[in-house]
Amino acid sequence: MPSRTSAISTVSPLLALAMRPLPLLPLQPLLAVLLHRIERRHSGIFERLGDHAGKRFGIRPTDLPFAFVLEPKPLHPRVSAVRYLPGRLDACVSGTLAALVGLVEGAFDGDALFFSRDLRIEGDIEAVLALRNAIDDAQIDLVGEALDGLGPLKAPAERILRDML
Amino acid sequence: MELICPAGTPAALKAAVEAGADAVYCGFRDETNARNFPGLNFSREELRAAIALAHERGVKVLVAINTFARAGALDVWHRAVDDAVEAGADALILADVGLLDYASRRHPDQRLHVSVQAAAANPDVIRFYVEAFGARRVVLPRVLSVAEIAAIVREVDCETEVFVFGGLCVMAEGRCSLSSYVTGKSPNMQGVCSPASHVSYHEADGGTVSRLGDFTINVFAEDEPVGYPTLCKGRFRTEHGAGYIFEEPVSLDAATQLLGLHEAGVTALKIEGRQRGRAYIERVVRSFRQALDALEAGLPVETTELIAMTEGQATTVGAYRKTWR
Amino acid sequence: MQLTLGPVLFNWSPEFWRDFYFRIADEAPVETVVVGEVVCSKRSPFFLKHLPEVVDRLAAAGKKVLFGSLILVSQPRERRQTVELTEAEGVTVEINDLSCLASLAGRPHAIGPFVNTYNEATAAYFVRGGAERICLPPELSMPSVAAIAAALPDVVVEVFAFGKVPLAISARCYHARVHKLSKDNCRFVCEQDPDGLAVKTLDGADFLSVNGVQILSRACTNLLGSVHDLAGAGVRALRLSPQKCDMVEVARVFRDVLDGCRDAEDGIRALAPLYPDAPFADGFLHAIPGFALAPRLASRASRRAT
Repeated sequence: MPSRTSAISTVSPLLALAMRPLPLLPLQPLLAVLLHRIERRHSGIFERLGDHAGKRFGIRPTDLPFAFVLEPKPLHPRVSAVRYLPGRLDACVSGTLAALVGLVEGAFDGDALFFSRDLRIEGDIEAVLALRNAIDDAQIDLVGEALDGLGPLKAPAERILRDML
Repeated sequence: MELICPAGTPAALKAAVEAGADAVYCGFRDETNARNFPGLNFSREELRAAIALAHERGVKVLVAINTFARAGALDVWHRAVDDAVEAGADALILADVGLLDYASRRHPDQRLHVSVQAAAANPDVIRFYVEAFGARRVVLPRVLSVAEIAAIVREVDCETEVFVFGGLCVMAEGRCSLSSYVTGKSPNMQGVCSPASHVSYHEADGGTVSRLGDFTINVFAEDEPVGYPTLCKGRFRTEHGAGYIFEEPVSLDAATQLLGLHEAGVTALKIEGRQRGRAYIERVVRSFRQALDALEAGLPVETTELIAMTEGQATTVGAYRKTWR
Repeated sequence: MQLTLGPVLFNWSPEFWRDFYFRIADEAPVETVVVGEVVCSKRSPFFLKHLPEVVDRLAAAGKKVLFGSLILVSQPRERRQTVELTEAEGVTVEINDLSCLASLAGRPHAIGPFVNTYNEATAAYFVRGGAERICLPPELSMPSVAAIAAALPDVVVEVFAFGKVPLAISARCYHARVHKLSKDNCRFVCEQDPDGLAVKTLDGADFLSVNGVQILSRACTNLLGSVHDLAGAGVRALRLSPQKCDMVEVARVFRDVLDGCRDAEDGIRALAPLYPDAPFADGFLHAIPGFALAPRLASRASRRAT
């Protein structure tokens, strides 16, 4: 049995430390805009989620000092940034920011990340699988969508962000 | 040899087409196919669009309707067959004798393949499927060695397709009720094996514990790659000790066997993994495309580095080497 | 309702095997007996010398004898054995792999529980080819059983009703594997476990049984609580699968309950001490996990309703 090897980068501890005192509030409008764009362009996600769309997912980047709660309800999807994940979640997915972004964008395979323990899943495994499959089909350019409002600054910002991941 | 690639979603199908698939196989989003997993598979509309996209690029689409029709609900399976034919599927992959009979009589011109779920493991039974239903190709079960495959190809009057990469059934496919014994849901009936709805993980003293329904399937130490609790690949105990009684959590990788399979006269090579993401499809398909191109050019086939894609991060050539038994 | 004794799935010593069938012939109230090695082609030669006397004794006792074909046919040796079986004179074959279907077409035969007969269309196809009896796959639930039986009233539809239930077959021999032997040089270690090798989970729960290349349940299927429902649904035979216990007495209990000499509750109480090693299960028939036992109340209530 080989021991696990990880090729996934992590956010540098120094950077994570620098982010710790930042208030979460400014993140919220950014997340709302991002979610709105994804919702508009990738409505097929909700159909694929089926009954699992009503569930609450915790997303925990292990190298960042905050986490997200995702509720992919078809008419009112919500995502919120939190310091600590609440107790009442249907499922929780944790991994480095790079792993999570790569999973959403389709650069990494979810099963492979899971087999190598770069991704941890707790709770309702079926719901997580449905979310993973729905997102994988949507072909979301997460970083691109997030930076879409930056106009001419988008390209350099994307370069910096991709280097970080 | 043709390269047959999996697609669980339209995006995965596009990835497979772009990575060099000769044909892609997929199924409807219901119990008629053996990868009936949450968030996966194709609506009727998605299938039509996918076939158009694939055909534009000269790639075939094979539609798997490979569960066994539920008694009293045959119309669900009949509709799947009719709709796939109407959508322009290049072949249907079927396992149920009653459904093969229906498809061959209702759509006599439609190309039919015998699914691996039919477990057609010898020339006599393959001949039966060819003579009774006009089957044009049989997907061979993963219980045969390369020499046995060569012997079958010599004897039968239809094309053969074999698995070269991905999840590995340890038991004869289509003849296994282990999943329904534990969860009530089986590959043959509901199109699922060890379904995620019954999976749980928790941390305990010994490490990460994976469970399926009421049963512990494995315990992983902190530094071990973790596996999905597919129940034939768990650790269990007998009076002779504990361990992987049936099979370790490994994936099939027959890249080293391509020349042998080619010489055996195999028509098509199949990659497993309709439940896997685009990243897997892209990497695995591209890697096998390169290997096949090299093989056809008479160049040495480089054994590929796909270990990161595999369960347990380990591979086996499975039954292709006789000592596996 | 008839009773059928299924083939012995385990590797019993030839003498024990012969004596088992002699006693079945002399004492067991079953109409049909399936003989022959269906699990592992390597075991067959051991029983051949006793087979003629066993068949004669069963036939003399008025039992209908069926010869089970191998479940998994891939080796040349296995194909040969299967062809020999289909060519034998005066033999009724129970088909466990579709390899012999074509050669038996038009001749009366039976379809065994290892063939995937999941629906009425598949069953009807087999009947058109000459099948007179069909033992359904053990994982089928009551609505499926009823739909198939209703569609084919002229065929003997049979259900697996007692014994550890066969769950899987493999090219790999797990008995050889746990003993760290190769399959070709297995030394027939499966004979050490005449009732299967118990497989437990790491935390000690009873799980499965290994029988060479075959996996069986750990729990013992017992449909005694549902026999009247099954009869009502058109099922015409129940299969009792030989375990290392008093199968004559097991058959008598089933016969008594079927004949109304005993109620099902009483029958279940009588069965328990006959096979104390394995817990009872009837989950498959009730569309719940196969290892589970449906609440008995449910079957009692439905029995009153019929």
